[in-house]
Amino acid sequence: MKRLFLISALALAAQAVCADEIRVLNWQGYGTDAEWAVEAFTQATGHTVVHEYFTSEQEMLTKLRTNPGAYDVVLINSAFTAQAQQEGLIAPVDTSKIANFADIDPGLAQNEDLNPGAALHGVPWTWGLTSFAVNTNDFTDMPTSIGVLWDPVWKGRVSIRDDGLEAVQIAALATGQSINDITDLDAVKEKLTALMPQITTFWGSENDWNQFMAAGDFAVATYWSGSASRSMAKGLPVAFVVPQEGAIGWLDGLSIPAASTKKEAAHAFIDWMIDPDFYLKWDGEGAPASANMKAAAGLDEDSFNRKVLGDPAVVARVEFMKPVSDEDRESYLALWQELKAAQ
Amino acid sequence: MGATGKLARQDRLRAITLLSPAYLWLTVAVFLPLSAMVCFSFLSDVPFGGREWHLTLANYGAFFQTTTYAKLFWKSLELGFIVTLLCVVIGFPCALVLAKTIRGRAREALFLLVILPFWSNSLVRIFSWAILLRGNGVLDLAVNAVLPFDVRVNLMFSKTAIVIGLVHSYLPYVILTAYLALQAIDDSLIEAARSLGAKKHTILWRIILPLSVPGLTAGAVLVFVPVVGSFMEPRILGGRVGTYYGTVIEDQFVAVFNWPLGAALSFILLAVVLLILALASPVLKRVQT
Repeated sequence: MKRLFLISALALAAQAVCADEIRVLNWQGYGTDAEWAVEAFTQATGHTVVHEYFTSEQEMLTKLRTNPGAYDVVLINSAFTAQAQQEGLIAPVDTSKIANFADIDPGLAQNEDLNPGAALHGVPWTWGLTSFAVNTNDFTDMPTSIGVLWDPVWKGRVSIRDDGLEAVQIAALATGQSINDITDLDAVKEKLTALMPQITTFWGSENDWNQFMAAGDFAVATYWSGSASRSMAKGLPVAFVVPQEGAIGWLDGLSIPAASTKKEAAHAFIDWMIDPDFYLKWDGEGAPASANMKAAAGLDEDSFNRKVLGDPAVVARVEFMKPVSDEDRESYLALWQELKAAQ
Repeated sequence: MGATGKLARQDRLRAITLLSPAYLWLTVAVFLPLSAMVCFSFLSDVPFGGREWHLTLANYGAFFQTTTYAKLFWKSLELGFIVTLLCVVIGFPCALVLAKTIRGRAREALFLLVILPFWSNSLVRIFSWAILLRGNGVLDLAVNAVLPFDVRVNLMFSKTAIVIGLVHSYLPYVILTAYLALQAIDDSLIEAARSLGAKKHTILWRIILPLSVPGLTAGAVLVFVPVVGSFMEPRILGGRVGTYYGTVIEDQFVAVFNWPLGAALSFILLAVVLLILALASPVLKRVQT
């Protein structure tokens, strides 16, 4: 009895000694900072978690550059992982320390953007689509083509996000081009010029989108799959469509900064984040699709992420976004500004 | 300068003591931030986070490289002229009635109504207009409740909506400045004109209007300058057509993180507005004399 007490006291002391405070850098409200998840993590491992937020990928990179050692886990979109690796901001991930890694979809784990320098630098966490959603009060038959954005019937009730890159990529899909290799920018420009008179207003945030949709200002608008699942959970009459032309895919990974001093705790946190238990609870609040196959299999039959994103025919149409060069980014922005100025 | 030169030493000391807080405040709150922005406008990148930067004129050059900025600039100037004109046309009669016709309690009450919009946050005012103007909104429902036939009133996301929102926001400036100028006109001047047989519109054109030009000018400048750089009203009420020079500057700071370009565009705006005011001032002086 005495010995048992001693052992448990020792075990507790050991945990207290190893307990670290880790700092996580992510978008606000994007899973890792869910209060219940952080509390459960602290209870299970003893490590405490502090969050810091960014509002754009550029800001995230700037924070990593200016504060070496300040962060232990950072969320990086796969289109930016290679850049962060080249600048020496993030270190390879030791997958042997992540028990749940075996359940990650191998296709995503081997994604070349997450494996710059032939080593895994970001653990695939979530993925989703940029496509469009329609108001089910207006649509009885779901459209199958992205051409619905150009349909004169919906003139004045169409919206896209005020973002040059996304606008150009949507037009690339509509003109049958690859979103990662846009060769005919003139066709894109022509297509977007034709789209402009259709648009009522641009949307900027999920909140904007929900309000305009609820007021009936939008009949069809581009949207993100994770946000669509949240809007549906809130009871908005919307349906997410992945058209035959395809959709823009994005993949988010969790990385460990090279300068982190608490790598053990950081690996433990990433393991916690890709655990099916965490994901299934998060999905109830509206989450993007999980990269963990066990988690995806644990979803209800009628859940959004299973019905829409779990369909192999849908996944086959998705094209994942590759890194975009600064020159391309600038030329897309100039094109977008010119189009908006002409209105 | 001439006036202070004549002041006694003690008076001058007193003036300096009394004025220094105001000038200190201006230095800290206006001069320093503006100087920082002037510096930014000549840099190639923001000097945070160990980024490479050097001095450059490229940000000012960017304005001339495409027609986009010039087009937007013209659009914003046009908006400024329209809104200023409407504010003067609506505001001057209001101020005239307030200053010359209404007396006593009623005047106080009406004055309060003019200033009332200032008490609410401008963002709240703009969103209220959005609720009013949108299709299926308050205005639409009200009009349809009264009229027997069906009309769709959907002014939202149009230039009309932007102009309505801006005129509402800036009208009080014109009313207040015109009111002050009209108050200063001696009533006996008007009585003298009337006794000499001048008609009502002659009094208005030959006496009241010329004498209130300084007030109207001040009001017009107070409206024109912020409207040309406005970004919130076009963005919220304009929708697709709401891209103006001000919204592009806002984008540089908020969305694209190109502060140097944003700063350069702002100073080009400042320079052009100052130029317009400088060109307009001799014309206005001639009107006054």
